[in-house]
Amino acid sequence: MSTLSLAVRDSTTMLRRNLLHARRYPSLTLNLLLTPIMLLLLFVYVFGDTMSAGIDGGGPNRSAYIAYLVPGLLLMTIGSTVVGTAVSVSNDMTEGIIARFRTMAIHRPSVLIGHVVGSVLQSVVSVVLVGAVAVAIGFRSTDATALEWLAAFGLIALVALAFTWIAVGMGMGAPNAEAASNNATPLIILPLISSAFVPLEAMPGWFQPIAEYQPFTPAIETLRGLLLGTDIGNNAWLAIAWTVGLTLLGYLWSTAQFNRDPK
Amino acid sequence: MTNPAITANGLRKSYGDKVVLDGIDLTVPEGTVFSLLGPNGAGKTTAVKILSTLIAADGGQARVAGHDIAGEAQGVRGAIGVTGQFSAVDGLITGEENMLLMADLHHLPRREGRRVAAELLERFDLVDAARKPASTYSGGMRRRLDIAMTLVGSPRIIFLDEPTTGLDPRSRHNMWQIIRELVSGGVTVFLTTQYLEEADELADRIAVLSDGKIAAEGSAEELKRLIPGGHIRLRFTDPATYQAAASCLRETTRDDDALTLQIPSDGSQRELRSLLDWLDSAGIEADELTVHTPDLDDVFFALTTRQPKETTR
Repeated sequence: MSTLSLAVRDSTTMLRRNLLHARRYPSLTLNLLLTPIMLLLLFVYVFGDTMSAGIDGGGPNRSAYIAYLVPGLLLMTIGSTVVGTAVSVSNDMTEGIIARFRTMAIHRPSVLIGHVVGSVLQSVVSVVLVGAVAVAIGFRSTDATALEWLAAFGLIALVALAFTWIAVGMGMGAPNAEAASNNATPLIILPLISSAFVPLEAMPGWFQPIAEYQPFTPAIETLRGLLLGTDIGNNAWLAIAWTVGLTLLGYLWSTAQFNRDPK
Repeated sequence: MTNPAITANGLRKSYGDKVVLDGIDLTVPEGTVFSLLGPNGAGKTTAVKILSTLIAADGGQARVAGHDIAGEAQGVRGAIGVTGQFSAVDGLITGEENMLLMADLHHLPRREGRRVAAELLERFDLVDAARKPASTYSGGMRRRLDIAMTLVGSPRIIFLDEPTTGLDPRSRHNMWQIIRELVSGGVTVFLTTQYLEEADELADRIAVLSDGKIAAEGSAEELKRLIPGGHIRLRFTDPATYQAAASCLRETTRDDDALTLQIPSDGSQRELRSLLDWLDSAGIEADELTVHTPDLDDVFFALTTRQPKETTR
């Protein structure tokens, strides 16, 4: 069997195992969905009027704020889902079954690839669920063509891939599940300090660089542009550069940790 | 018995400044059971981890199934099965799913994978529990599932790291039966254990590991011969007869309270006969005569007297 077909076959087997875990024990994934949905409802129905008035400088405009908010919250959903990935990778690595995998003639990275692909699928499903809630409370894409929808899904998958690999690395480096959860917390914080809730221009000048030079802001601006027709500028390229870079970094970091001798 | 299944030369491993394996040499012929015997912390598990390619040695070479463990790890992995000290099963999925997972990873066609899984579940008495999550299994069941998973790929060499630790006597005897069946099928078994009885029952050759070194190696019989301590014990009920015998016999160890005499002996027929002849000619009749040959316990304690220091954290 060629290396590639071995890799595909074993990764598929590992993916099946991870999806089986997710299906048997969905509570972790569902719990992680609560955060973005709660934030969505809170910011629309509780803070919505004030926020929109502050941003526009005009009167309260809740529906305009829903439109502004949703792209950021969709990507925040990914940050929240991959915390679950870090925890489950950390749990898994302490199991004896991983030692068994290591002594079998299988494609080694398939153990991690199974986690990653499973987690990306979960992230996309979570994003769709949060999107459904958004549509239910009035979010509408104004001028997205079929191609733009496709690009939006591609972007979401790419962001999910990048943060999943980072989360796998965080999970592998953690001595236990609690530590893994702590390690991954920045992935929830990062979207909070991006352009998800208010535009960069509405932030104090000293804070703007923090919000601007991080992966979520260009990804959010790109998604906003695809779904709502706002100006994307060079954000698409920045988003691709960030996600490809993080994917590569996460992959190298995770596999290096996996190839190290276990204790 | 042509090529050795496992050979090791000068294997070394340290964790920090703690030397766990200090130059181990081993040869395990094909189709035999080799037992690595030693107290907790002697380095048994480390040896298994190195030979099964889970961790790298700091020094020395080893070949398993003809493949170098360092350079041809995938070749080694294709020939071996490992059942570790702690059950290597996926607790979140069912026993059957665990078996099918192994079948998929050995690239068995779907139909054959299902057949092999069903056969092994049947053989290891796990049919009733097959649809339950493995985390709900008892210790003995988990261990059986573990071995069943190891057998999916029909490995030629199997590493069993303390396979019966923590099992009740019935499960332990079941496990011994399983190991005997494997060997009769031509499989080479590398067994670690801290139970002397287990090594005595199963192993063709035994190496006693103590403080990271092999203190002795040989068949159970050879090891027992290394250790003096065999004796014939005569017990009397009549103190007068006891005194008479004690004063006539040389080289005896007396126990005046129990009225017993111990005469050093290797337990051979000749020595026994000469003692009996002597007793007859002296007109002494003991009430009970027992022959004590040294068992592995004697060997074990004689060879591993210096206990490794417990590491504290």
